[in-house]
Amino acid sequence: MSDAPTHDADEFEPVDVFETTEMDLRPGADDCYKCSTCDTSCPVAEVDDEFPGPKFQGPEQWRLKRKEGHGIDDSITSCSNCMRCDDACPSSVPLSQMHNTARGEYVEDQRFGREALSALADGSPREALSIVREGQDGLVERLRNRILANYHTSAWLASYAPGVANFVMNFGPARWAMEKTMGVTSEREFPEFADHTFREWWTARGGARVENPDKRIAYFHGCYSNFNTPEVGKAMVRVYENFGYEILVPPQKCSGTPMFANGMLGDARRHAETNVKNLAAAIENGADVVASCTSCSMALGQEYPELFDLDGIEDVAAHTYEGVEYLRLHEDLEDALDEASVEGSEFAYHAPCHARNQGLDTQAVELFSDLDGVDIEDVGDSCSGISGTYGWKEEKYDYSMEIGAEMFEHMEGADGETGMTECPTCAMQMEHGTGYEIRHPLELLDEALVDRSQ
Amino acid sequence: MAIEDDVCVIGGGLAGMTAALRAAREGARVRLLSHKKSTLRHASGLIDILGYADGELVAEPFDALASLPESHPYRRVGSDAVRAGLSLFDDVTGDAYRGSHTDANALVATHGGTVKPTARYPTRVAPGLASQSRRTLLVGFDSLTAFDAPLAADHLAAAGVPGTTRGVTVAFPGDFRADSRVTRFARALDDDEPVETASGPTPVRRALARAVEPHLGDVERVGFPAILGEEESQEVRKALESSLGVDVFEVPMGPPSLLGLGLEALFQEALDSAGVRRTTGNPVVDFDADGERVRSVSTDRNGRQVPFHADEFVLATGGLVGKGIDSNRERVVEPIFDCHVPHPDDRYEWFTDEAFGDHPFARFGVNVDDDLRPLDADGKVEYDNLRAVGGVLGGADFAAEKSGSGISLATGHAAGRAAGAAANQR
Ligand SMILES: Cc1cc2nc3c(=O)[nH]c(=O)nc-3n(C[C@H](O)[C@H](O)[C@H](O)COP(=O)(O)OP(=O)(O)OC[C@H]3O[C@@H](n4cnc5c(N)ncnc54)[C@H](O)[C@@H]3O)c2cc1C
Ligand code: SF4
Ligand code: SF4
Repeated sequence: MSDAPTHDADEFEPVDVFETTEMDLRPGADDCYKCSTCDTSCPVAEVDDEFPGPKFQGPEQWRLKRKEGHGIDDSITSCSNCMRCDDACPSSVPLSQMHNTARGEYVEDQRFGREALSALADGSPREALSIVREGQDGLVERLRNRILANYHTSAWLASYAPGVANFVMNFGPARWAMEKTMGVTSEREFPEFADHTFREWWTARGGARVENPDKRIAYFHGCYSNFNTPEVGKAMVRVYENFGYEILVPPQKCSGTPMFANGMLGDARRHAETNVKNLAAAIENGADVVASCTSCSMALGQEYPELFDLDGIEDVAAHTYEGVEYLRLHEDLEDALDEASVEGSEFAYHAPCHARNQGLDTQAVELFSDLDGVDIEDVGDSCSGISGTYGWKEEKYDYSMEIGAEMFEHMEGADGETGMTECPTCAMQMEHGTGYEIRHPLELLDEALVDRSQ
Repeated sequence: MAIEDDVCVIGGGLAGMTAALRAAREGARVRLLSHKKSTLRHASGLIDILGYADGELVAEPFDALASLPESHPYRRVGSDAVRAGLSLFDDVTGDAYRGSHTDANALVATHGGTVKPTARYPTRVAPGLASQSRRTLLVGFDSLTAFDAPLAADHLAAAGVPGTTRGVTVAFPGDFRADSRVTRFARALDDDEPVETASGPTPVRRALARAVEPHLGDVERVGFPAILGEEESQEVRKALESSLGVDVFEVPMGPPSLLGLGLEALFQEALDSAGVRRTTGNPVVDFDADGERVRSVSTDRNGRQVPFHADEFVLATGGLVGKGIDSNRERVVEPIFDCHVPHPDDRYEWFTDEAFGDHPFARFGVNVDDDLRPLDADGKVEYDNLRAVGGVLGGADFAAEKSGSGISLATGHAAGRAAGAAANQR
């Protein structure tokens, strides 16, 4: 199995052929009874007085749009796609779906070249030229968002020379230039690229070591555990094999989460097509889909069917689980942990917003609180503030740290000096804000349950 | 295999949280499943037992319980359970609430300018009780249209509350968005953020007091909409009281309600320290039973079902608002277990012609025995290990009686205790 090197040479082209998805903000707008509960749960609105909040982005924007001449308000680009508002709405208004579609439409409207082309069509070549020269269509910002959203592409390139990439990505002058020219904050440490990818490790070990037609899962590793934290993927493999599962690792692309958050629905759709096709085939083959990243399981389980209409997409959604969740449902994980123990470890656990939304926010603390040798403390229900690419943008960095402040404080107040979370970008933020080392629950399961002396 | 507990409570409103807490205190291992966050954040934060009976204001709710019809949830559980539920509430809320010193209803002014009979009210609201004869100033903010202070004051005066009531609208100091969220004001006051005023940057609490001062006159107390801080509300109120030299209180507001949020937080702390496991985010859609007993219920997310097993189950999914009772054109249903919901066959008999009439639909809900177990159409217990509490129960018109929270506390307490005890015996 290859490392999904299906990258088109033109993927970085800002002028890209966009498949226009049909955007309709209507679903659910009429269900909103303006209680404003969503607004009070939005972490961005809490720190950014300019951001009018989810109620405006969703139902109100749609009402405005019904009138002629109303485009999508550019405040939509400030929504970080944390999906907290979704969870809060008592009337089940599909807020994040509305935000995702609005962002897609906004980005489509702002497409580079559109203004310049229309200036040309109006017979003003000079104006067209100056639009291009001065980047008035937000070319740079779009390019930046595109690069951030297509993290897998940068990561894939970097994986060929991780040492060089790690150096360049965190090289002061280069970072200064990235901030000045592209608006990528120089405050953050770029995630380190592992010296091998998860897929390389998987291939080198000869793929699955357990064959079992009755217990089969397809692992959706996503970009991050492939390129940056293959140890999470390896832990996942060992734990599942320990329970007798046959693991498939189908070819896959990015889940699309960073693309949704940047309104790049065309890109996201292309990736979704590959993922849905290959995962649906695995399901056909008797497997359930398991992801170790909660944003990936959220994308496959909720955002895909909300945004795209692809063959098998509902099937994939219905068969997708998070790594620990699946074991809890299908194995007696509690009993297994009851008999296990680890060397004294203390964790400050943060539930990612996307775990919260799937009802998984209490699972790690619940499971590990009875494990011998482990002390685990929930650091509260605030958002970590990074929300994928949001916290990487120069203009959002301060907000992102302000949102995260509550979590940092709670982490420092907790007994443990190691953090724990299921989300790789939350992990990045936790580490950035506290300097703690961050682990994934699957790594702790691996330590507790898998006898690696064999 | 899978997820197993002693008691599984479905629904995270006041009734569900009370049942879960009570069952946990019985020593049971309890899970609380809830689709959405608690609906308390939409409610006023007032705890009513019985405000009206037959349309008449009730002064002593406990005396009035006996006059309720036999089918009323209060009659099912008895007045001892009502007291026990309230005492659990007092235990959870401690200093944050008042009213436990008396059995009589207190009268609280609402943001609409009506007076509401209630049994427990937040401490932040206490200095404003309408039964006290004091000269009162209500202060509204032009950016907060949900509270029109002059109008509310007129309504209160017209309702004949003792003492005089005036209302004034001022600008909230500082440069906030015109449509700022109530939590934004609350946090600014929590942190005593500096704001820009005519006389330079000033801490917001002081700036607010200055904005109100010119309107004080000879009033003895000042009421603000309930946005005076989220975490530090006592400090905010104290600071305003010492600047203004009069008592300061808050008027309960509609959703999103800081008083409701505060109450929710207190209950969640209590649940966490009692070891209740909470799983929120997905609705319960299905169940599995063998004969007389429910074995498990399943939540659903985009077609993915997750089962939760337990010995005892408590149904606390609320009424028509909480979505515990649903209706289509043909019939009224309880959507999870399809428990029998008595209602006239003819849907034109579900309501009366007057908008504010005595609508039968307001009383729709499941029928239960004295142990709160739902009954089928023939009066037989639906499942031995299923109890129903709060808004999902039939026989009470919560809105007209002003009895919502009291019924949730009383039935939640009774069912939680029974479920916990039953689980212990297995
Ligand atoms: C706007 C408003 C203001 C109110 N003000 C007052 C007041 O001032 N004083 C007073 O005493 N009472 C008031 N009430 C009434 C009071 O809040 C309720 O009547 C009472 O507490 C009922 O609580 P409950 O727990 O039974 O149901 P609810 O509070 O409705 O809670 C139901 C819970 O069940 C969950 N749920 C529903 N279906 C499912 C499912 N299938 N799976 C999982 N979970 C599910 C919901 O998400 C919710 O968390 C008010 C109610 C509202 C709506
Ligand atoms: S929470 Fe839901 S119903 Fe309330 S304002 Fe937001 S979208 Fe509307
Ligand atoms: S997704 Fe998050 S950031 Fe965006 S509007 Fe909703 S709560 Fe706010």
